[in-house]
Amino acid sequence: MSTRCHVATKKGLFTLHCTSAGWSITQANYIGDNCTLVMHDPRDGALIAALNHGHFGVKMHRSRDGGATWTEIAAPKYPAKPADYVPKTPLEGKAADWSLKLVWALAPGGADEPGVLWCGTLPGGLFKSEDGGNSWELNRPLWDDPRREEWFGGGADHPGIHSICVDPRDSRHVSVGVSCGGVWNTRDGGKTWQLTGHGMRAEFMPPERQFEPNAQDPHMLAQGRANPDVFWVQHHNGIFRSTDAAATWTEITDVKPSVFGFAVAVHPGDSDTAWFVPALKDEKRYPKDGRVVVNRTRNGGRGFETLTRGLPQEHAYDLVYRHALDVDETGDRLAFGSTTGSLWLSEDSGDSWQTLSSHLPPIHAVRFEKS
Amino acid sequence: MPTVRFTQNIQRHVACPTLEVPGATVRELLNGYFSIHQQARGYVLDDQGRLRQHMAIFVDGAQLRDRDHLTDPVPAGAVVDLVQALSGGKHS
Repeated sequence: MSTRCHVATKKGLFTLHCTSAGWSITQANYIGDNCTLVMHDPRDGALIAALNHGHFGVKMHRSRDGGATWTEIAAPKYPAKPADYVPKTPLEGKAADWSLKLVWALAPGGADEPGVLWCGTLPGGLFKSEDGGNSWELNRPLWDDPRREEWFGGGADHPGIHSICVDPRDSRHVSVGVSCGGVWNTRDGGKTWQLTGHGMRAEFMPPERQFEPNAQDPHMLAQGRANPDVFWVQHHNGIFRSTDAAATWTEITDVKPSVFGFAVAVHPGDSDTAWFVPALKDEKRYPKDGRVVVNRTRNGGRGFETLTRGLPQEHAYDLVYRHALDVDETGDRLAFGSTTGSLWLSEDSGDSWQTLSSHLPPIHAVRFEKS
Repeated sequence: MPTVRFTQNIQRHVACPTLEVPGATVRELLNGYFSIHQQARGYVLDDQGRLRQHMAIFVDGAQLRDRDHLTDPVPAGAVVDLVQALSGGKHS
């Protein structure tokens, strides 16, 4: 069971440690700086933190001693845009700026490829490192696909890759979620890509384009570990599930109190069990009736339990971002954090929750250390 | 030789000491500076080599005109200040 958890916030990176006395914050780094994402690499224990300094740009730092000391490493860098480059099909009328706006996804490669890291960014580039983050290279096959130019921002001003799933059976099989640009898969380590959002529905598009795979807004994509053919998506307008490795998707409707949200986590030992943190769609974005709840399905989405024990049930306006919910490798321990700086943890698969903090900075990401 | 000065605010991220650097344009000046302090480049310029959106450069107190190519001339003996713009605070 994970005993350390990292919390990336708008004002720093915090590490929580579980001892016999319970959970407490034992480490704080980058206080005052906008830490937008954190990743723990189970293969070598490295931590990677993404910082957005605003004026000075997006930076990456790495710790090899559990967060005690950090070193700045390379940030992904877009290649020089050719002077004669003319975008073919930009949906919003202008081409993407070939310049890093945000690190929005970080994922270690497979167990058989030490040093490989994947990084998703705004404005839509997928980067790969083969040396633990010392250098990065833009994945050109995906970036150069003319359909990439049709991607558009969902909430953000730029499209971006927020989810990266490396198949535990085959490291060459990588799936990415794009807001807005659906779900893309490679089976050859990134040489070729297939767009696979069939069955997803986008209410925000005109009727004749609502099922267009490249126009979908998956907010978060999560792959089952026990059955890697199972994928879950918390989408802009609903919950979707695939049982054929993201090729086709089924919409799950009638989920109370709402089907809108950002985060999803899948039980590592049972791919039919998944957790969501619902909110009112989509322009208001707060928990229905000011009640923070977690929705859990244990039967592949046929039914959901709404879990409330230990969570505030009045005048709570916490929104949970897409990377701010995580489950450990046992499936018993979960944690999630909110835009208003609340952090909750469960030791019983979500049946009950304890408040670890109610006054952290706005939380971008919560990540357990996993073995 | 022109002098390059950086805002104090950048110093906690990356060391940017004041230096005299040869160069007839802002581009030449910064290329010279960043050849010595390589890590500072990404804090000032974006992926395409443009001045970052919320950074500002002043040549003897006059604001930079060419933010994309940095072709503004730099007189010998000029002082070039690199500071953060007051815009762009939403991330902090």
